[in-house]
Amino acid sequence: MTNVLELSGVQKRYDAVVAVDALDLSLRSGEFLTLLGPSGSGKTTTLMMVAGLQQPDAGTITLNGASVAKLPPYRRDIGMVFQHYALFPHMTVRRNVAFPLEMRGVSKTEALRLVDEALQLVGLPDHGDRLPKQLSGGQQQRVALARAMVYRPALLLMDEPLGALDRKLREQLQLEIKRVHQERGISVLYVTHDQEEALTMSDRIAVFNQGRIEQIGSPEELYDRPATRFVAGFIGDTNFLSGKVLAVSDGRCEIETPAGRLQARATQGLLVGASASVAVRPERVVPAASAALRGTITDVIFLGTSRKYVVRLKDGTECVVLRPANEAALGARGSEVELGWAPAHATAFRDG
Amino acid sequence: MNADGMTPWRLLRGALCILVAVYLLAPLVVVVIISFSSASFLQFPPPGLSLRWYAQLLSTPAWTNALLVSVKLLVPSSILATLMGTAAAYALVRGRIPGATVIMACLMLPIVVPGMITAAALFGVYRGMGLNGTLTGLVIGHTVLSLPYVVATVASALRVQDARLEQAASTLGAPPWTAFRRITLPLILPAVLSSLLLAAILSFDELIVSLFVSSARVRPVAVQMWSNLLGDFDPTIAAIATVCFGFALLVLIADLALRAGRGLRLA
Repeated sequence: MTNVLELSGVQKRYDAVVAVDALDLSLRSGEFLTLLGPSGSGKTTTLMMVAGLQQPDAGTITLNGASVAKLPPYRRDIGMVFQHYALFPHMTVRRNVAFPLEMRGVSKTEALRLVDEALQLVGLPDHGDRLPKQLSGGQQQRVALARAMVYRPALLLMDEPLGALDRKLREQLQLEIKRVHQERGISVLYVTHDQEEALTMSDRIAVFNQGRIEQIGSPEELYDRPATRFVAGFIGDTNFLSGKVLAVSDGRCEIETPAGRLQARATQGLLVGASASVAVRPERVVPAASAALRGTITDVIFLGTSRKYVVRLKDGTECVVLRPANEAALGARGSEVELGWAPAHATAFRDG
Repeated sequence: MNADGMTPWRLLRGALCILVAVYLLAPLVVVVIISFSSASFLQFPPPGLSLRWYAQLLSTPAWTNALLVSVKLLVPSSILATLMGTAAAYALVRGRIPGATVIMACLMLPIVVPGMITAAALFGVYRGMGLNGTLTGLVIGHTVLSLPYVVATVASALRVQDARLEQAASTLGAPPWTAFRRITLPLILPAVLSSLLLAAILSFDELIVSLFVSSARVRPVAVQMWSNLLGDFDPTIAAIATVCFGFALLVLIADLALRAGRGLRLA
């Protein structure tokens, strides 16, 4: 597979603030890659530089094998979907979607055919003659999606496209965008701060923090094998237990915590004797007889498909445990439990 | 509050509105009525009605020439002011221009500076260039005076337009000029046309700069009226005032129609 997009050493600063720092990133053909991070982490700036709406201070951006440094946005073969739709209010839906085709000199009959096809694809075949303001937010974003891909750009950029929609509509559109991506085989660079959205839609996710990529990988990799403490905390729920490193060997380590001695996967930078944190997902914590951790259940929350237990460990730290509702209960409030996990399911990070 | 009841406050408010309307409209009404007077001097109420002052107006070369000069003046000056003002507003609102606030303030100066000063300044500058007493000199003067109104009107229209629409057009393949012509311009067109009409009225009505810069040969309506008022005057002045008023009213109606038409189209 070839790379549609490649960023190397890309940097962008606003006065003294470094928004994006020495960024390397590549997007494979047909891939759905999400830039995920908190606001101000540089993900939108990165997208804007790919679009050509902002210029990097250093580094190169290559689209389809050619540098786009000198290309203005209208000469880059990209489509972009904005958070607030950015539909042209004075044009009908059909003329909005036809606009990029018109700019490319596509013949009128061909344009009409492509527009109808695109509107069909986003489920709005009968809305061509409406004005954007006669549509709901979700419909407007579908039109924006149709407009951004009707000319089959090499790369589709999406900047928090579902950020302005309510939860239910957002989930529905997530699946639709994913379907459109698969049907058209289009390469997508997607920006969001919503980790669930990123997990749902992406082939790969790049987690941004303070202008840098913390980790890039498949949703499973990021979730099960976070490379940094930030990734472990940003994606999904995590219990953190801190202590001191006793031993590191062969990708495994042993950490002494006030609550007990724990085993976990080791990440880079762990030093024997230095302080470290162990991260473990609530659903990876299981009742265990020969367990390292003992505690008291302080709260039981029924969530329908699962139960959430808040366990106070003997040193006072809280550990959240998630068990399927159809499994035997861990215990009632106030009861003593013993907990553990497979060492591969926990990850230790160097503190600081 | 009871919106239907005739509370004392409501009555007072209504009375005040009527009073202001009468205060504003009464002089206009008097002038319009006198223009149709049959008397040979200004008299109200007129003893009878006639169109003789309009006939007089159209048969006096001084007035017809003045009207012609005014038209030759307001058409280019309002178009120039609109083109330049729209371009300036666009650059100042959308461009990343250092010192944009200062430039904007400078463009607004003709509103702030007393007309007399602007007029005297133009007169002084023109003297060296031989522009006094020429139509070109008047066109430039009126363009300068109308420019701030155009810039202010168009800039405020641009500020409420989403700048991302142009970014979107750009990512969709539209070069900057196309994006402006196809996206931004249609959206700010009501403001642009409004300022064109405003500039036309301002030019037709302008006296001070015209007084300084005009000559006996190139004399717009406002100056002709002024010199007429200084001497003995008859109801011709009321007739020309009514023509001016009618022109302004037409422009206003055109402006309203433009807005209404646009509102309907977007509704």
